[in-house]
Parts: sequence; structure tokens; C-alpha cells
Amino acid sequence: MPVTPHSPEVTRLVDHLFRREAGRLVAILTRHFGIAHLHLAEDVVQDALVKAMQTWPFTGVPQNPSAWLLQTAKNRALDQTRRASVWRGKQLELSPQVEDYLQAALEAPAPRFEEEIRDSQLRMMFVCCHPGLPPEAQVALTLKTLCGFGESEIAAAFLTGEAAMTKRLVRARQYLREQAVAIELPVAAELAPRVERVLQVLYLLFNEGYKASRGDSLLRADLCDEAIRLAELLMAHPLGDRPATHALLALMYFGAARLPARLDDTGGLLVLAEQDRGRWDRSRIGRGMRHLELSGAGPVVGRYHLEAGIAACHCLALDFAATDWQRIVGLFDQLLRLDDSPLVALNRAVAVAQADGPVAGLHALAAIKGRATLEDYHLYHAVAGQLLFDAGRADHAAVRFRRGLELAKLPAERALLEKRLRQCPG
Amino acid sequence: MTTKSKNPQFLLLFRHSPEGPDPAPEEMQKIMGRWMDWMKGMGAKGVFAGANRLQESGKVLRGPRGASLTDGPFVEAKEVVGGYVMVTAANYAQAVELARGCPGLEMGTIVEVREVEPLPEM
Repeated sequence: MPVTPHSPEVTRLVDHLFRREAGRLVAILTRHFGIAHLHLAEDVVQDALVKAMQTWPFTGVPQNPSAWLLQTAKNRALDQTRRASVWRGKQLELSPQVEDYLQAALEAPAPRFEEEIRDSQLRMMFVCCHPGLPPEAQVALTLKTLCGFGESEIAAAFLTGEAAMTKRLVRARQYLREQAVAIELPVAAELAPRVERVLQVLYLLFNEGYKASRGDSLLRADLCDEAIRLAELLMAHPLGDRPATHALLALMYFGAARLPARLDDTGGLLVLAEQDRGRWDRSRIGRGMRHLELSGAGPVVGRYHLEAGIAACHCLALDFAATDWQRIVGLFDQLLRLDDSPLVALNRAVAVAQADGPVAGLHALAAIKGRATLEDYHLYHAVAGQLLFDAGRADHAAVRFRRGLELAKLPAERALLEKRLRQCPG
Repeated sequence: MTTKSKNPQFLLLFRHSPEGPDPAPEEMQKIMGRWMDWMKGMGAKGVFAGANRLQESGKVLRGPRGASLTDGPFVEAKEVVGGYVMVTAANYAQAVELARGCPGLEMGTIVEVREVEPLPEM
């Protein structure tokens, strides 16, 4: 009689279960240990995951993996605090209240446990986006503590070395500990700027994932998904249910809807005009539209509103030619009034060219304030080259494509520029 | 006890080094998935005959009636025995082929294959 290995019924664990659980458990443990022990929480959760990885293939997956991991992490914390004087620097025991509390959380009915986790994650979101931390540390800390990303993954996503990323996280934890930052939701008086800060971090996180040309595309899509998940979490709470949150969610859903169509079969980048719109995710576009409607509830039209509006124009157009470019130019004009940056102006010039022809686009390029800062940006030359090409000046276009090639570092970007250059005669 | 399997049983014993950085959670889940797939694959082939994970610490006895009792496995061990799988195979070559599928091999796990001594034929 052959024996069957354990857990045949669990054919496959939920995708990203470990990563997701890491984020959930670090949030709930840190809430109860205190911010000074964020690192302890991260360590014991990591240990619990290692134990799961080593044990579950032999024993099968427990019925409630989440509770198993929390229990294991809690036991590890008890061991560690008994062994070393890490707990409040003196008495080595996890304070009995904390222990009781975690036990109660473990025994709570599932919906209450979930509520507890959500609340802890929301609080941690505000901690990670603490205004005293630099933006890149806020993003890194969010990915580490709330999303369960490893330091190597965060480093890969931001094209930094792992050592530099580790140092950034160490400094961020140290700051939170020294400032004794409370793991609380912001009070009414500071609510608006604190939510705004969280939205900014989620926006950065999403854009980091959305830059298609950089690094591992699967990892990048995960960043977009995480940004959406956290924004949904924020939106589900009365504190975060604000027009700007809906606008950001709309923007993210519209962007995420287009992700599957941005690469061809060989992993090459496709520009908007080349994308198969049949591959755009309709259900995400629908969600984007609902959030866009809800975002109109307030008097303020912010940058997320405008960017979501632009993205909606693309998502609603049946094909590239049917795009309402005039409307997009109008939205870019408003965006420029909020953010007078050369980058926004560059994107506006692209829209102007579509609305009024390549010559108008070239004039818009020439009129960009602070254009000099774009000189080292490969996309600026790619855009200029394309507009020159479309205007019938292939010779000038080739010069710009070559300049772009000198600046572009990533294979997908280079391939695109080389393709354009080949279209120029001579 | 009439349905005695004709094929002998083999023990696949896993040792790994407890040193080194932990992988990221996502990577750990992938590694675990590969172990589960491997075991399930052997189950499907009908060669799987049991498996256990061993706890990392234990007791070590030495001398008459365990005069020396220490916490083990071994204080200075560079490798720890993490677990084992029992399989049935026609011969060593087949057992080794099964062991080659062990996903831990890619990450430094050492797999020891040992045939279980059969009972003497009566």
C-alpha cells in the first residue's frame, strides 16, 4: 500500500500567502510589542515562516495557516525575550498583558481577528509614512513591514544594493524608536496632511511598479497590486475615505488595467498606439470609473484627479485614433498649474502632438520651462525624435534617437529606440 | 502480512546548514512549493512510503545507561538533520534518481540515501 504524502487536499497555497502573512503579522505584533520592537516582530515572523517552509511539506499545511504562524511567531518572541534582554531593556519577559492579548487574538472568531489585523495594518501604514522619515525610507519601510517584501526584493525594485537598502531600513527603524512614534491613527487636527502623506507613498509605490522598463516585470506588477491593496485598506476606513483616495485608486486601477498589454510576446515594450486594447482588464477599468466618480465628491481637484482623468480618456477610447486628445491636453494644462515640472510638460507635448500634429508638439517641446533638465533624459530625446520623424525630418530625428540611445540603460528602452532609429533612412 | 512490497525501501535523509541568510517570504513559499510538489510527485508514482520533519534540538546519550546526557544533536554541528523521506525503489540507482528530484539540493541540502536492511527470507 503506497503512502500518500500529507496535505494532498491542499494542492496549492494561496499566491503570495507568505508575503501577505508577513505583512499582517508584523503589523499586529508590532502594535502589541511597541514600535521599539519592530525589529523583534520582523525577526520572529521571519522565523515562523522559515519553520513553516521546513515543516509544512512534511506535516501538511495547517487548517488555519495564519493562526499557526502567529502562534509560532509569538512562541519565538517569548523564547527570544526570555533569552536576551531585549524586552524593554530590563526584565526579559514579554509582558503578560501582551501575551494575554495575543492569545485572545488567536482565539477570537475569524471576523474579529481579521478586523484586528486590518486595524493594525492601517496604523502601521501611518507609522511607515511618518513625516519625519525621508520619502524613500517611507516606501521601503512600507514594502518591508506592510507588504512582507524581502530586503533583496526591495533593493531589486529600486535598483539599489541590498546593503544600502538594509541601512536605509535600519535608520528608519532607529528613527521611529528614538522618536517613540505611537502606533496610532492620526488625530483629527493632523489627519489631512497625514493621509496625504500616505497617498504620496502609495503613489510612489505604484509608479515604481508601473515603470515597465525596469527590472523584473512580475515583481513590478506585484508592487502595483500592493499599492492598490493598501489604498483599498485606507479607503475602507472612514479616516481614509476621501476624494483624493478615490482619485488615487482610480488612477491606479486604470494603470493596472493596461499592464497586461504593455509587453509583447518576447517581453518587448509596446507603446500605447501598439497595444492590443482587447488585453486591457475591463473589470479594473470599471473599478477605476467607480472611484473616479466617487473622487468628485469634494471641491478640490488634485493631481490624482487629473492623472486619473487622463488615464480614463485612454481607457475609454476604443482605439488609439479615437482618443480624445484635446481633453487630455486640457487636463495636462490643469496639471501643469499644480506641478510646473518639465516632466509633466513633456507628457503634455506628446498629447499636443496627437491633438494638433507633430509641429505643434515640437513647439510645445521647445516651450518647456526648464527644458535643460531634460537633456539627460532618454525619453525626452525619444519623444523629440518621434515628433521630428512624424514631421518629415528623419535626418534630425536620427540624431535625437542616437542621443536617446546614449542615455538609455535598460534593454527594453534601448530596443525601442533602436527600432525607431532603423526607420530613419541613412 | 501477505502484501509485502517486493521493492526494498530506502531512506532519504536531509541535512542542511543552519547558517546563511533567510530568503524573502515570497521565495520561501516558492521553495516550500517545490518540496510539496516533489513529495506529491512521489506519492503519485506510488513510491512514497512516509516522511517526517525532525525538530532541530534533541538529546544525545552516551555511555552506559546514558551517563552523559547532552542537548543535541551536536553542539558544533555544521549540518543538522532536518527530516527524512522513505521511498520504495527497485535498486540504488532508482532511489538515487528519486533523490535527485529533491529541491533542497539546489540550496545546499545534502541528501543521504540508505537502503533499509531487508528481513531475512524464511
